[in-house]
Amino acid sequence: MESPVEIVQHTAGGVIGVSWLMIALPLLGAAILLILGRVTNRWGHLLGVAMSLASFVVAVLAFFELIGLPEAQRRQAVHLWEFIPGMVDMGLLIDPLSISFALLITGVGSLIHIYSIGYMAHDSDRRRFFAYLNLFVAAMLLLVLADNYVGLFIGWEGVGLASYLLIGFWQFKPSAAVAAKKAFVVNRVGDFGLLVGMFIIWTSFGTFAFADLGAQVGTASQGTVTAIGLLLLLGACGKSAQLPLQSWLLDAMEGPTPVSALIHAATMVTAGVYLVVRSGAFFFEPGSPQALAVAIVGAATLLAGAIIGCAKDDIKKGLAGSTMSQIGYMMLGAGLGPAGYAFAIGHLITHGFFKADMFLGAGSVMHGMNDEVDMRKYGGLRKYMPLTFATFMVGYLAIIGFPLLSGYFTKDGIIETAVHEQPVLGWLAVLGAGITGFYMSRMVFMTFFGEKRWAEDAHPHESPKVMTIPLIVLSIGSVFLGGYLILSNRLMVFLGPATGRPSDANLPEFHFASTPGLTTLALVAVGAGFAWMRYGKATVPVVAPRGSFLTTFARRDLYGDALNESLFMRPGQWLTRIAVFFDNRGIDGVVNGLAAGIGGTSGRLRRIQTGFARTYALSILIGAALLTGALLLVGNI
Amino acid sequence: MTAHYLVLSGLLFAIGALGVLIRRNAIVVFMCVELMLNACNLAFVTFARQHGNLEGQIIAFFVMVVAAAEVVVGLAIIVTIFRTRRSASVDDANLLKY
Amino acid sequence: MSSLWLPILMAVPVLGAIVVALLPKGSDKAAKQLTLAVSLVVLVLTLVMAFQFPSASGERFKFEAVYDWIPSFGVHFGVGVDGIALVLIALSAVLVPIVVLASWHDADGVRTADGTLITPKRSVKTYFSLLLVLEAMMIGVFAATDIFLFYVFFEAMLIPMYFMIGSYGGAQRSYAAVKFLLYSLFGGLLMLVAVIGLYVVAGKGTFMFPELVGVIQDPATQKWLFAGFFIAFAIKAPLWPVHTWLPDAAAQAPAGAAVLLVGVLDKVGTFGMLRFCLELFPEAAKAFTMPIVVLAVISIIYGAIVAIGQTDMKRLIAYTSISHFGFIVMGVFAMSQVSQAGATLYMVNHGFATGALFLAAGFLIARRGSPHIADYGGVQKVAPLLAGYFLIAGLAGLSLPGLSSFVSEFMVMVGTYSSPAFGSGALTVAAIVSAVAVILAAVYILWMVQRALNGPTAEPVKAFKDLNVREVAVLAPLVALIIGFGFFPKPLLDVINPAVTQTLVNVKVDNPAIAEKGAGQ
Repeated sequence: MESPVEIVQHTAGGVIGVSWLMIALPLLGAAILLILGRVTNRWGHLLGVAMSLASFVVAVLAFFELIGLPEAQRRQAVHLWEFIPGMVDMGLLIDPLSISFALLITGVGSLIHIYSIGYMAHDSDRRRFFAYLNLFVAAMLLLVLADNYVGLFIGWEGVGLASYLLIGFWQFKPSAAVAAKKAFVVNRVGDFGLLVGMFIIWTSFGTFAFADLGAQVGTASQGTVTAIGLLLLLGACGKSAQLPLQSWLLDAMEGPTPVSALIHAATMVTAGVYLVVRSGAFFFEPGSPQALAVAIVGAATLLAGAIIGCAKDDIKKGLAGSTMSQIGYMMLGAGLGPAGYAFAIGHLITHGFFKADMFLGAGSVMHGMNDEVDMRKYGGLRKYMPLTFATFMVGYLAIIGFPLLSGYFTKDGIIETAVHEQPVLGWLAVLGAGITGFYMSRMVFMTFFGEKRWAEDAHPHESPKVMTIPLIVLSIGSVFLGGYLILSNRLMVFLGPATGRPSDANLPEFHFASTPGLTTLALVAVGAGFAWMRYGKATVPVVAPRGSFLTTFARRDLYGDALNESLFMRPGQWLTRIAVFFDNRGIDGVVNGLAAGIGGTSGRLRRIQTGFARTYALSILIGAALLTGALLLVGNI
Repeated sequence: MTAHYLVLSGLLFAIGALGVLIRRNAIVVFMCVELMLNACNLAFVTFARQHGNLEGQIIAFFVMVVAAAEVVVGLAIIVTIFRTRRSASVDDANLLKY
Repeated sequence: MSSLWLPILMAVPVLGAIVVALLPKGSDKAAKQLTLAVSLVVLVLTLVMAFQFPSASGERFKFEAVYDWIPSFGVHFGVGVDGIALVLIALSAVLVPIVVLASWHDADGVRTADGTLITPKRSVKTYFSLLLVLEAMMIGVFAATDIFLFYVFFEAMLIPMYFMIGSYGGAQRSYAAVKFLLYSLFGGLLMLVAVIGLYVVAGKGTFMFPELVGVIQDPATQKWLFAGFFIAFAIKAPLWPVHTWLPDAAAQAPAGAAVLLVGVLDKVGTFGMLRFCLELFPEAAKAFTMPIVVLAVISIIYGAIVAIGQTDMKRLIAYTSISHFGFIVMGVFAMSQVSQAGATLYMVNHGFATGALFLAAGFLIARRGSPHIADYGGVQKVAPLLAGYFLIAGLAGLSLPGLSSFVSEFMVMVGTYSSPAFGSGALTVAAIVSAVAVILAAVYILWMVQRALNGPTAEPVKAFKDLNVREVAVLAPLVALIIGFGFFPKPLLDVINPAVTQTLVNVKVDNPAIAEKGAGQ
């Protein structure tokens, strides 16, 4: 196993020297669109697309400059400015890992920008939408490009903000407003973990920079490293919708569909995987408690997401369940140490393509069906939307792991590595693949096959070119990218400087006919066949049947929300009420009571002033007598 | 030998104090106050004699001056009250309360 | 040798206040314009002074000026600033013109769109001249290097604020004003006792702060005097459980006065802890650290939880401030370079963030006449600009990274967690517990945003006008500062750090930052 190479300070100019442009351009776009406001309504969307594309161009140029360097210099740190003196220097880290993400974010991001021109054409707030999209791209790039944890955290919360704004884009719908808030708050639970992890990192190592940390982790105790790892995992769970912080993702589908594609499928939700891989120093030992925890969370979530996906009638929520599940695969891969990193990142990239493809396809379907999301009201759409159907089918085949398509290579890589490293989790992942075969087929059959179950006023039609061309580009990636990255270990070798990799002699070979691989294919076939029986051949009822206990379990998101509600929300509400009551009656009660007491006492005491001069004289006399008596008692004066 | 003077002074003071407490007529109360002051004067003079210096006698003069001033102001107040309320009883002038 | 900067800085607003007060009847507009001009002059002077600060002469306190005041008791009119005082004076100087602009119509009798009178017509000149007097006192209290002078300003500040709440506030203004005054006077009384005690025990015949540092050695004496100062500052700050005056005062005060109250006046409490409690009585401060940090953590969590349950916007913001003041106090008493620098930065950033939030809420309330969150809904749709500024201010309140309050909150928490001052793990626990507030902050801010700005537009909200030019001019500079210092806090920290280092030297705690610097030189 070869360790990551040292991070070197970038000195020469070149594109890497100005890689901050990648972040600055979309940020500038967002600023222009938000500050100038309505003035930019007419051309705002074009500016948004242009900024995103420009950022993509910079990323591509930086990528080529990077691969032109010798392998030992492929981790370039670019210093930007002194952020917190003596604590944090803001800078960017351009290495194979970050540039892969940058390409994915700006590439898929630009496609989704273009798609949104069409999708949001009729929205009066389209300009604001593009401002938020640009803001998201900038924040996400900061997340992956920052060379220290604080910079990463700023991007991390920045994408959270963009996600909040975009989920709540149609904030006049109460459900969207609630979903946006929920996403932010649940993410903050994860951020708590990330924050405390950063406290420990600073206390133990005195630095937040990845460059310094890599070398120093060895000096810390095992317990410290495990604690940091688990806390970072909590952060990753929040952002990547992994158990137990998964509940926000399904609600997040309230946002416009391009948002779901970009943020809640292709990029932001994979930030947790990025965090784990980037923090490889803390997870490097496969089988260490923190790495095992990552793998277990991944395996649990991939099953949970798949089960949820089986019962959803809302096409976007079905895809959201699937996203959870696929990120579970990536987490599983990331929990297997450097052997799994390349597959996790590979799956992340291909998933970015085929899931964005399917989400945008779903958006295209909704666009033609008056924003209807219930698959029970679809059916037989393949004739009316041939292009959407074709591209969706490509994404579908890629995700279920149809041989030689992208998902086949990357998912199989994870499964094989998992079976090798953690057999139990590996076989669970195989089972998950079978379920994937079922729910994805169900989705395809319900939407594109069978008879029409449309609402009366539905007139399905193919979407405009500005929407279909991104679909075509994404589906091309969904076909070829996986094979290109995995065969002959291209991605693994490329990422090597950043993540570490097996030595040249030990590079894994891709087996087309391994036991886990064949089992996976068989299970997928069974799942797809079962789906054909239930949803292809048989008629699909327009109103969802009550279903078994298991169906309800899945429909209710495995009772995740119910759990949160009874464990946190209701007790929280009670606590709040008690605290407010205590503050008003308890603390303020004491204060006001004291004031009232003093007032009352003085009110009584003044009754002594009767107005009779002789009474006063008597009290004077008594006082004098008492004083004299006291003096006599005390004795000599 | 000076003890008798002191006893007399104490008696005068007690009579004066009792008078202030039990009599209602403002003039009588006033005279009783004067009685108390004079009792004090007697005590001062006695003590001066006892100690063989003049300080007590000087203070007695001061007290007399104050008493005279008091009589001027006090009688004026009593006359004014009597004019407005047709009464010289101290219990009738009890508005200054609470 | 003695610099005229600070006396001039105080004299300008005082003179301005006198002129404004003497203006003939009916010249309300002139009064407003003059006040704005005077406050802008003060701002410019302050900025010029701040830019000269690094090169100014003087050991610890720069721009020093000391005049005899009551020679027989050794009382001086002594002023001078270190980095901590400088940033707080700058904060006051920045906030006052903004508040002037924001309260432009507050004394005119505010009406809602449908003509309901919210606050009655009051004397405009008086309001603005009180504002200027308050500004002079705020500058004085931070600049005072004589403890007696500090006490005088500390108490005298109450007077203008009392009138601003008591005669220009909301429905329950007199209750709130009296509560505010009594609380503060009670604390001030204890402080006066401690000030006199310090003078007597020290026996130096002077009230000058630099000469009193390190004089009191006896631990028991230190503890008593520390308590006198600390209780006064804890009430001012305010720390749980002596905090209940703040929600009342802030909710009843006009928005502009609330900004100065929470943004600057309360900072005198935390500033006093840092300057006086720690440096004059280091042993007592160390002895009391744990109970105080516990109180601070309670404030953080308790303030946040009670904020969640509020139905009144301004009270909600006041409770969030109680939570934030908990952070500042925790940072001060964690006694590490990072935590104290973070706490000082927090004082400044909190002024901007909460100021923006109070003012945005004030603009919202001015349109509807009700502070109740439930009376709003869907503002985003009709007044996107107002909603946008409100949201940014709210996000600053929940310390979103990229906004200034994040830097300070992060520094306080990291500094507390990693503080080398005490060997025990108690401070790490405190830091972890306080980090829970990160989640609670998201709940209280976003829930308010959801109820007030999102959702279907409520009927009375439909008539809302978006922000006008004046209102944008109020909020835009604050938002620019919040974002600017969010990414580039270095100018502030460069000024703050040496002052904090000096404080820690006087407190005599191990400070790795100093050791490192010493090694480097």
